[in-house]
Formats: sequence, C-alpha cells, structure tokens
Amino acid sequence: MTAGVRYRLGVASRAVAAIAGGYGVAALSAAVLALCLPAAFGMARSEAVTTGTLASFIVFALAVMWVFAARSAVRAWSGLAVAAAPLAVLLFVLLRITGGAA
Amino acid sequence: MKEGFRQSMAWLHTWSGLLVGWVLFMVFAAGTASYFKDEITFWMKPELHAVAQHAVPPAQAAEGAVAYLQRHGAGSPRWFINLPTERQPSTDVLYLAAPPPAAAGAAPAERPRRRFDRASLDPASGEAMSAPRATRGGEFFYRLHFDLHYMPALWARWIVGFCAMFMLVAIFSGIVTHKRIFKDFFTFRPKKGQRSWLDAHNVTAVLALPYHLMITYTGLVTLMFMYMPWGPQVAYKDRGGEQAFFAEAFPGSGRDQVKASGNKVPLAPLAPMLAQASAHWNGAAVGRITVHQPGDANAVVAITRAEGPQLSYDQPSMQFNGATGALIGAFGDVPRPAAETRGVLYGLHIGRFGDPLVRALFFLSGLAGCLMVATGLLLWAVKERQKFAKTLKQGGRIGFGLRLVDGLNVGAVAGLPVAMAAFFWANRLVPVDVAERGAVEIRWFFIVWGATAVLGLLRPTLRMWQAQLALGALLFVLLPVLNAFTGPAPLSVSLRSGPSAVAGFDLVAIALGLGLASAVWIVERKRRKSLARQAGAVAKAGPAAQPALVTSEQGS
Repeated sequence: MTAGVRYRLGVASRAVAAIAGGYGVAALSAAVLALCLPAAFGMARSEAVTTGTLASFIVFALAVMWVFAARSAVRAWSGLAVAAAPLAVLLFVLLRITGGAA
Repeated sequence: MKEGFRQSMAWLHTWSGLLVGWVLFMVFAAGTASYFKDEITFWMKPELHAVAQHAVPPAQAAEGAVAYLQRHGAGSPRWFINLPTERQPSTDVLYLAAPPPAAAGAAPAERPRRRFDRASLDPASGEAMSAPRATRGGEFFYRLHFDLHYMPALWARWIVGFCAMFMLVAIFSGIVTHKRIFKDFFTFRPKKGQRSWLDAHNVTAVLALPYHLMITYTGLVTLMFMYMPWGPQVAYKDRGGEQAFFAEAFPGSGRDQVKASGNKVPLAPLAPMLAQASAHWNGAAVGRITVHQPGDANAVVAITRAEGPQLSYDQPSMQFNGATGALIGAFGDVPRPAAETRGVLYGLHIGRFGDPLVRALFFLSGLAGCLMVATGLLLWAVKERQKFAKTLKQGGRIGFGLRLVDGLNVGAVAGLPVAMAAFFWANRLVPVDVAERGAVEIRWFFIVWGATAVLGLLRPTLRMWQAQLALGALLFVLLPVLNAFTGPAPLSVSLRSGPSAVAGFDLVAIALGLGLASAVWIVERKRRKSLARQAGAVAKAGPAAQPALVTSEQGS
C-alpha cells in the first residue's frame, strides 16, 4: 500500500469516525444526561432531556475535533471508544434502574 | 492529520469548510433575508402599498376570521388564525383540509399528506383580500433556508443540519487555528493576493464571530429534537416516547390531538376569550389562535401570546373550551430553566424579538456570514491554484478539482444574488392572473440560478465573475425603479409618507446593488493586474519572471 493510498484511507476512516462515531457519542451523552440528571440532581425529566440534547451538539463538535487532532486514525477511533464505553455502560445501568418505571 | 494540533485543525477547517461551503452560502443568504421576511412579503404585494393601514381591534379581526373559516373551512379538524401585527397587516388563516371520508379506513402509510389551505384576510372586513397577487414572498427564503426546495423537507433538514454541524466544527477549529485571533481582527492587508483573501476571511469571520457561533449553534437547536431524538426516546420509553415528552416539555403547544365527538355545537364567541387571555398576560397582545375541532362539542381554542420583546421563542398560551368558552388552563407562565434556555436560543436564531434596528444588525451580521463563507471558498481556490503555478507557467492546465471549485464558486456566490434579484423581478413582471403564480416566481429563481451555475462551470473566468456580479448589481439597483413603475409607492412617496417597509426594501436593494458593483470593481482591478503581469512575463520572456505569483486570467 503506497503512502498516498494509506493517507486517503486514513482520511476516509476518520471521516466515518467523525460523522458516525461523533454522532454516536453525542447521542449517548444526550441519552445518559436525560436519565442521570433526574437521578443525580432531581431535575425534572423534560428538563433533563432538553439539557442533554442541548449539550449533545457541543459533544459532537468536540468529538469531531478530537478525531482529526488524534495522531492516527486508530487512536481517533480508540478515543471515541474510550468515551463511548462508560457512557454505554452508564446508559445500560440507568435503563435497568429506571427500567421503564421511573 | 498533519503534525501538531493547530495544523490538523487548519486542515479540518479547510476541508470541512469547502465541503459544505456552497450550501452554507445559500443558507446564510436566505436566512439573512428571512430577518425581514414580513417586509419582503409586503414589498412583493404592491397592491397593499396604497391601502392605508387602520389598526383593527383583535377581537374584530378574530371574529372576521372565524366567519370566513366557517364558510370555507367547515369540517376542517383545525384552524390557525394569525392576528395582524405591525409588521404583518393582514389576518392570515390556515386550515387543515377536511379529511376525505374514504381515507378513514386506509392504512396510515397510504394516507395522502394533509394539505393546508391558506388565505390572507382584510382584518376590518374579514373578507379574503382579492387585491394582492399570489406570491410566496419572504416565506420562500425562510423555507429555502432550512427546507431547500424540490425535495422532501425531511431530507433537506438533515442536509442543512449536516452542513450546520460542519460549520460548528469549522468555527471551533477556526478559532483554534488562530494564534492571534484578537490581532487578526485589526489586520487587513489589501492588494496582496492570497494574504488579502485570508485577511478578508478573518475579518468577516472574527468581526461577527459571536454571531456566527450563536447562529450556527442555535440553528441546530431549532431542530434539535429531530437531529437528536435519543433523549426523549430513552427517557420517555415507558410513556409513549417523543409524543409524551413534547406534551410534558411544551404543555399547551397543541401537539396533543383533540378528537371530535361528532356532536355539533356552535363555536363559543372568541372575543371574551381574547380579553381574558390578554388580561392574564398583563395586556400583551394575542398572536395566534388555534381552534381544534371547530363546531364540535369537544372543540378547544388555544390562544398564544403575540411575539414581544422577550428573547424566548416559546410564548405562553391559554386554552378554552370551544363549546362553552370556559377556561381550561394557562400554560408556560412559569418557564423552567432548560426549556427557557432552549426557547431563548431558538428566539435568538430567528431574531423576531428585536426592533428594526436590532434586526438590521442581525442582517449585517448575516451578510458578514455570507462574505465569510464566500471568501473562505475563494481562499481555497487561490491556495490550490498556487500548487499549479508551475504547471500553468509551462502552459499546463489546472486539476479537475480546482476547476470544479472555480466553476461552482461562480454560480454559488455570484449567481445567487442574481437569482434572488430575478425572483423579485419575476414578482413584478409575471402577469398577476397566471395559474400557480407563487410557484412561477420560484421557478424563475431556480432557472436563473441554474443558468448562472452552468455558465460558471463552462467558463469560470474573472470575466464571468464580473458579468454575474454586474448583472446582480444592476438587477438590485434597478429594483426601486421597477417598484416605481409597477407599484403605487415609489421611493419618492414611501420615504415621505410610508409605507416604511417598502422604503426600507428599496434602500437595502440599492445598497446591495452598490455592494455588488464594488465587487465588480475589485475583480476588474485584479483582472487588469493579472493581465499586466502576464504581459510583463511575456516581455521578460525568462523563467525568472514573476515566480510563484503568476495567476492566469482564470480564477479568483
């Protein structure tokens, strides 16, 4: 694989990471905030949902910047995974706790 | 991508900006125009310019609208009545067409899309205004701004949202790219080729940076629950998902359907409801009236406060029983922090809270945004061209990518003002009795824009830039002349005795035309210079002549 092809593949991989991965992390943060703010601070549910959704776009933008600032495409992806994993665990736990009965 | 955080951010800024620049330019231009969409609509209905505007009591306007709707919209499940305001002198009614009886058994997916019928009523008489021509007016730019055209609105909103997200990233990374963001604010080095484009990009971007940041983020906020529905879906999973969320977060917003009972009961008079609502809001005016299931025993009348000087887009509302006139409840009197934050962000985006001066400042900032996007696109082409400097000097050709960008830049940047002006010209020149007249005006907008785009792609030269900019300048500067010949309120009249919206439109058209004319002049100087340089290079006839600075007659 020539350097040029590798570079292009790297860019393509990062583009996917930024758009799809960044959206995923942002969506997770919106969902987690919507569930954990009422649990942690007693915020009203609709308020927590709005807060989480408002914040998610900033998360998205920061995630995209991280993806393109990372030294390699692999590091970019793993950074996203590191951010997404605890959020996903938290979401899973919160869903189990509040489990459709909150 | 490259070494170092700043360089990688510069890379991100360059490429994300280029990818969405053309759409963003149109979104910026249409959005900027939308700050004055009521005034644009008014200008586009010259039949109304001569009519003296009498303030009509809201109750009279409402009763007139109800009488009209009872005649034309009986059987419709919902009526919307927008009472006249200072900016928008007619009563606008909108009603959902009555569902055809056959559709009741059909599956939801097969149900044809519900259509709205609309009419503008004279507030005093309650009759449809026969005088004004059919036009979409400023509403066209407003819709173009986020619904685009000729495609399903849902796709368009995703496309525009995608571009807005890129813009947010481009702004963030642009800020990071700047070592000297404050100094750049005061830096302009004219007549220095690429430097000047960079400075122009910096000045327009940094000057209005708070605005750009605000408008991009708040733009995403306006449609945030469509782009990011996961919070509502997860948190309201047990209560029926998003619908339940909207009912809880925006109480009284009328998203909850009112079912008809089938018992016919005449609608209670609206005047007492209006008086009660207005008194409840300390005398604030009523903006919109929604009647759910009019004429049914279950009818509900929702009354929403008129836009005022409050920043927030969410207005409190009151609901009344449509059969008895009894108060059901008041909503949104005590705003909650997050909902209010969203409402304020939304309100900031549409800027309807402001008086004309504030909206003029928004308008200027929007123009700065257009310039920022345009200079950014041109800067990309200028930079890219340098990579081909050597090839060009040896008589080679530029790459396909650059040529494509050059061509698209012409149509997108210089062509759009021509198309917008053409829309206004079509408004006055297309015969009044043409069928589907509003659509015909819009078609002219796209025909002209398409023509400029094709011409730009065929010959992306400085001459073409000049031609399109000059055409745009001419069409804009002459709009007041067109208005003088085709309407009752030429500048000489409107400046002295109003309507001030028409005078304002004409003056802004002249200013925009002069702005485009100065752009023609800038391009002309650049063309002369590059011609002189070429001549010089030929005269010297040596490889040492003018290294790296050579730009052909083509390009920006």
